[in-house]
Amino acid sequence: MRMTHAKGNKMGKVVLYALSTCGWCRKTKRLLDKMGIEYSYVDVDLLEDKEEDEVMKEIERWNPKCSFPTVVVNNEKCIVGFNEEKIKKAVGYE
Amino acid sequence: MSSTDISAEEVDRLYERLNKEAEEGGYHLNPDVEFAKDLIRGILTNEKRYGYWGCPCRLACGRKEEDLDIICPCDYRDTDLSEHGMCYCALYVSEAVEKGEKELTGSIPERRRPAKERKKAKSEHPRKSVSSLPLPVWRCKVCGYLCAREEPPEVCPVCKAKKERFERFM
Ligand code: SF4
Repeated sequence: MRMTHAKGNKMGKVVLYALSTCGWCRKTKRLLDKMGIEYSYVDVDLLEDKEEDEVMKEIERWNPKCSFPTVVVNNEKCIVGFNEEKIKKAVGYE
Repeated sequence: MSSTDISAEEVDRLYERLNKEAEEGGYHLNPDVEFAKDLIRGILTNEKRYGYWGCPCRLACGRKEEDLDIICPCDYRDTDLSEHGMCYCALYVSEAVEKGEKELTGSIPERRRPAKERKKAKSEHPRKSVSSLPLPVWRCKVCGYLCAREEPPEVCPVCKAKKERFERFM
């Protein structure tokens, strides 16, 4: 699947599932950029149908509501929605 | 399609219209105009993609009948406004937020049920009707407006939702 990689300080594997049209997803990207950490993201609404189905199954494992934004850290923690504090805590950002 | 295919003029025009309609109906757009306009750009992008105003913060499926509940303004807006002071996207906010008395710090939980549950609910709840009434009663699923007449109105006089968003209430 096509993930876009944003370079930055390595704080573990940070994956953001987003929609290109969503304001809270945009705020999440901005927050991760501001934190200056390395992460990958995918705008699910821009994918082809087949890829979209695959990614939605992946998201469902972490977040059964399949809502956006969903952030998964190190394949173990999941943060649903835009919550600055929770995101910072999950990646261990001081 | 990227959201940049929509011109700034289109976004401004829809912003003006929605802002006017909102204020007339007792609703308020997010006072963060840039944030609101980004969402409106998303609505216009979804209109080009799917042919309807799919909620910018939710993934539309592309089949209008299945997405009626998330056509903006969605069926969940008013409940979220009462409970959280904002709709899921925060395009619409409560008066307290608009006046700056309450601050929005993050997103709110998704009220829409996942696809599987929506399908199940649809097959389990057939419509009730009270046959002794002289006229059917129609309810706007967006704002709750009720009217007793043969057919629902073309557009909800309160929230401007289209006819297809009405359900038979009684
Ligand atoms: S009213 Fe509903 S559809 Fe419209 S922007 Fe808000 S959450 Fe999205």
